[in-house]
Amino acid sequence: MRMNKIQVIVLKEWAEVFKNKLVMFTVIFLPLIFTALPLVILYATRDVSAIGSQVEIPDGFRSVCPAYMNSGECFQLYIVRQFLVLFMLMPLMIPVSIAAYSIVGEKTNRSLEPLLAAPITTTQLLIGKNLAAVIPAVAATWFGFLLFVIGVFITTSSQNMIKALLDPMWLAAILVLGPLLSILSVNLAIMVSSRVNDPRVAEQLSAVVIVPVMILFFGQVTGFLILKSSLVIALGIFVILADVVVSWLTVRIFEREHILTRWK
Amino acid sequence: MVIKQDTPMITTQNLTRRFGETLAVDSLNLEVYPGEVFGFLGPNGAGKTTTVRMLTALIAPSGGTAFIHGYQIGKHDMDIRRTVGLLTETPGLYDSLSAERNLKIFAQLYDVPDADAAVQKYLGMLGLWERRSDPAGTFSKGMRQKLAIARALLHEPDVLFLDEPTAGLDPEASRLIRDFILELRSLGRTIFLCTHNLDEADRLCDRIGVFKTRLLVVDSPARLRSQIFGRKVVFHLSRLDHGWVDLLAKLPFIEEVAVQNEKIIITLAEPEKYNPEIVRILVNAGADIQFVGELRRSLEDVYLRLMKESN
Repeated sequence: MRMNKIQVIVLKEWAEVFKNKLVMFTVIFLPLIFTALPLVILYATRDVSAIGSQVEIPDGFRSVCPAYMNSGECFQLYIVRQFLVLFMLMPLMIPVSIAAYSIVGEKTNRSLEPLLAAPITTTQLLIGKNLAAVIPAVAATWFGFLLFVIGVFITTSSQNMIKALLDPMWLAAILVLGPLLSILSVNLAIMVSSRVNDPRVAEQLSAVVIVPVMILFFGQVTGFLILKSSLVIALGIFVILADVVVSWLTVRIFEREHILTRWK
Repeated sequence: MVIKQDTPMITTQNLTRRFGETLAVDSLNLEVYPGEVFGFLGPNGAGKTTTVRMLTALIAPSGGTAFIHGYQIGKHDMDIRRTVGLLTETPGLYDSLSAERNLKIFAQLYDVPDADAAVQKYLGMLGLWERRSDPAGTFSKGMRQKLAIARALLHEPDVLFLDEPTAGLDPEASRLIRDFILELRSLGRTIFLCTHNLDEADRLCDRIGVFKTRLLVVDSPARLRSQIFGRKVVFHLSRLDHGWVDLLAKLPFIEEVAVQNEKIIITLAEPEKYNPEIVRILVNAGADIQFVGELRRSLEDVYLRLMKESN
């Protein structure tokens, strides 16, 4: 059976990178930690609904808290939502190590030249490498989110909380914005790793992409920024545009000649 | 075995490549014919790898052009990649993957119709079938090189480019690789062989091109030897009479006569034609000829002479 070339690259990448312990750790443990952490906090504050109106949450957040929730549930939702941003951080962080390794790893193995000599276009190669990094990251994030929702339900037994967690804005943020952010992060990692010789340098430089999400995270925690539908839509549009520009740049920067003749 | 046909498998026309101010390949004009093993010799940094990269559509030329099996570089790059097999300077294998997996990836990339059969065929041919499940990283240098050659052959390319196939290998592994090249040659493959190993080139190649940024000469190893040094025949005698040397020097077909101990060394263009006459003259003059042989210069002598002249 003949395989699509992109599929061949994806399977090759997975066969290779998942033998790397650091990559495996990032793909498996990062989502588990990011999922377990808010659940532990939620469990510790499970009796907060009894506190009622005594809890203090930023006014900005109170305004987006659903009307069907009491103050205690609103507080719990506030805590949970801080951590939902982590589910946007995961698709950024997980693929960076895969993507950074995928180009520089080829360089250190000297395996890129035979690959480039094969009848495969740069676009096919980069899409393959992109998907090989994005798919595990998105799958791990979605799986982590699923565990999180189940965990929230078990911890709080609150239908209201589940309803609030599964609202269209958050689903859009995690199911759509997450993969878009992942594509952005992978392309940046590939772009950087096309130009550097050390996978660690590539990984560190590419990690800069998490800064905007960290700003969002701290913005939420401090009440300075509240993730609303309008912000998610604006972010989505921005990331789509950024994805298009960065993907185009990645193909442009990934020059076979440069890579073959300059890499020593 | 050279099956010289009208249409060359590789044609280069003023093929040139610059890197900034550095001229790496200067107006290369070359033709390689189907079934020919062509040796591409030159010192480090001569531009051999750059030439191979241009001919395998990995990098673009700065000037001129080339055709591989009728496909023009820069215009039909994807067709060229399907047509050629390339063994790079370093094997470039995926060390954590098995030998079989390494080959299967490339069989799929090259759209080999029955990838499993092709992988089995070449692993078997190169004696790696028993180790097919072992990671390539556990292989010896020779085995890695064989695996890389198998990878280059999977899609049955019309032209095979081998860049230093025996570099860094021990004599046994080198011998195995050379024997395999000879086997490919007997099957009529066109092989473009870059090597530093002049003895290897002498044994394997139908023709060689000596290259140092530009092509210095192209011909068969035997013809190059005679072109550069002339053909020399040594007559071993039981005793030497200098009168015989004067006698031979007067013959019109003899270019040069030299004496060394009891030997007369004669330079001439066609020994096959004139040796019997020389033998008759010497015998009639009273010489006892013990034996006659051709003084062979090594390809290394030819190469070093050319390099010296090019400097």
